[in-house]
Amino acid sequence: MERSSRFRSRRIAPVIAVAAAAALTLAGCSSSSGGKKSEEGASNASAGKASTPRMTVALVTHQAPGDTFWDIVRKGAEAAAAKDNIKLVYSADPSAGNQANLVQNAIDQKVDGIAITLAKPDAMKAVVAKATAAKIPVVGLNSGLSDWKKLGLLEFFGQDETVTGEALGKRLNEEGSKRAVCVVQEQGNVGLTQRCDGVKKTFSGKLDTLYVNGTDMPSVQSTITAKLKQDKAIDYVVALGAPFALTSVQSVSDAGSKAKIATFDLNSQLTGAISKGTIQFAVDQQPYLQGYLAVDSLWLYKNNGNYSGGGEAPVLTGPAFVDKSNVESVAKFAAKGTR
Amino acid sequence: MTMTQQAEPAVTRPPAPGPRATDGRTAQRPLVLRLLARPEVGVFLGAVAVFVFFLIAAPAVRQGSSMATVLYQSSTIGIMALPVALLMIGGEFDLSSGVAVVSSALTASMLSYQLSMNIWVGVVVALLVSLAIGAFNGWMVVRTGLPSFLVTLGTFLILQGVNLAVTKMITGNVATDDISNMDGFDQARALFASSFDIGGVQVKITVFYWLVFAALATWILLRTKYGNWIFAVGGNKDSARAVGVPVKFTKITLFMGVGLGAWFIGMHQLFSFNTVQSGEGVGQELIYIAAAVIGGCLLTGGYGSAIGPVFGAFMFGMVNQGIVYAGWNPDWFKAFLGVMLLGAVLINLWVSRTATRR
Repeated sequence: MERSSRFRSRRIAPVIAVAAAAALTLAGCSSSSGGKKSEEGASNASAGKASTPRMTVALVTHQAPGDTFWDIVRKGAEAAAAKDNIKLVYSADPSAGNQANLVQNAIDQKVDGIAITLAKPDAMKAVVAKATAAKIPVVGLNSGLSDWKKLGLLEFFGQDETVTGEALGKRLNEEGSKRAVCVVQEQGNVGLTQRCDGVKKTFSGKLDTLYVNGTDMPSVQSTITAKLKQDKAIDYVVALGAPFALTSVQSVSDAGSKAKIATFDLNSQLTGAISKGTIQFAVDQQPYLQGYLAVDSLWLYKNNGNYSGGGEAPVLTGPAFVDKSNVESVAKFAAKGTR
Repeated sequence: MTMTQQAEPAVTRPPAPGPRATDGRTAQRPLVLRLLARPEVGVFLGAVAVFVFFLIAAPAVRQGSSMATVLYQSSTIGIMALPVALLMIGGEFDLSSGVAVVSSALTASMLSYQLSMNIWVGVVVALLVSLAIGAFNGWMVVRTGLPSFLVTLGTFLILQGVNLAVTKMITGNVATDDISNMDGFDQARALFASSFDIGGVQVKITVFYWLVFAALATWILLRTKYGNWIFAVGGNKDSARAVGVPVKFTKITLFMGVGLGAWFIGMHQLFSFNTVQSGEGVGQELIYIAAAVIGGCLLTGGYGSAIGPVFGAFMFGMVNQGIVYAGWNPDWFKAFLGVMLLGAVLINLWVSRTATRR
């Protein structure tokens, strides 16, 4: 007995010693800068809450998993839902067929309103008709500017990708760019192609397209570097998403290029890069606003019969330019992941 | 180490060129054919062909700095292709390796940031997590006898979902917070993501690691008992077990090797780009497997080398960047890539057929 207990304690001792050492090491390992502790307790704006009866709204998008942009749309929708006493059902699938099934799912749940994106309008036609037949109001957001009216949607919140591209192209002219490259992170994505086409339409210099593998950042970085080396005359890199703009900063320095960087869409790191001057400007379509307005509009329609644009005109949420002159006012919202 | 006594007399050690060169008849064959029979020679010729092709087609490739870019892209694929190749020689493969890279980076970043710890705490925990993922894959495969395709497809989906859900739950966003101003970041960056000046050209540190790891993997495969075990379990699991090879140990450690590689590349990505998006990494596993297969490893196991995947990864990086350097119409990008890779595999096949025909 005694032997065994001594044996046990001999085996426990080193375990305790290791645990204690680990605890001490961890205690000594605190980071003095950065990290969660240094993050300011910035809380979300809290508006009052509506006293109207609880309703259910489905938001069905074509988001791919893990995309920062759609995360902001969803946050906007959630904020509106919280304020309006709405239960928000969010679902998403990048494949059109699956997205249509998700809308059908919402109809089956007998929701009070549906907000959808029309990345592939033809695939959504049938299911939108079913929703209308079931007397569920449907609004559109983000993509589908040219199709929402044809499909009989109540209203639309978003930006015209082509118009936004055109605005960016004009801005490039003002910046004196002669040769730019448009970096597409997902080959075959219609919205991204429209952005580049928009830039091409108004840009007076020469614009090349470059496809990169968006799921592999080292590959994105080296491909942009390669392009900048292949064509030394490139003076502007146009990224179609914030993370890709940030990566191209490294590419530009690796290539020893003097190219400047502009981008579509924002995130918190990007506002930092704009104030530092490593990235010149971003065109923001305000995804938070799209999600917020889409959900809020369904509440207004149910409780007061209002609808923006009267079923004729869309509500545009962009393009909003963010550059060094106004980045400070945007940065604090971007830090919370809402702008 | 305890396995030493049982396995030593059991498996004959193949000589340096490769496991299949030992059947006695090769002694009479000409040197050229014997060389061609090695698994890495076909891909070596393919890589040279692709390299020469782009030297001619794309003037920008001829600069030293362009080669540094090509090598960088190749190295981030190549470092992962090495453990993936060893695993394939051992008769299994891993579909979760692409997202496992991102899991590792997310773990390190979020742990350090949320607990405001020194970066190195996150780095070490991420290593443990990556090894655990590998051990889980290996354990499931040997325990259940299910094909590794099914097991790792499951892990792939689990990791993809966990990456997204946990990141969103903890950070409130789908990408991690910027950790570049935290303690230990600069050291970690120096170790995992710095670059060196060689004759005025900036070469990324991953290129050196890639070559060192390739040498290490070659040594393991050809000069150690463990290397023999890998060939044995990949060739015929049951005969290997019959002659005393610890099959389960070998397979589980091979999967853990992939975990180690995923951790390394994950750390590189984290310290190069400061934040990680949780949706990244999907599809990369196929590129690692492709590099290993182009590098002469058989999908059925038991045959291959560690140096072959080095050329496989180089070829992938060369074609990938070469198309950009050549300034070709980018709409055709993926198609060019596919044609180039198929061509390389065909050269590979032709070489090995020529070599084995007497």
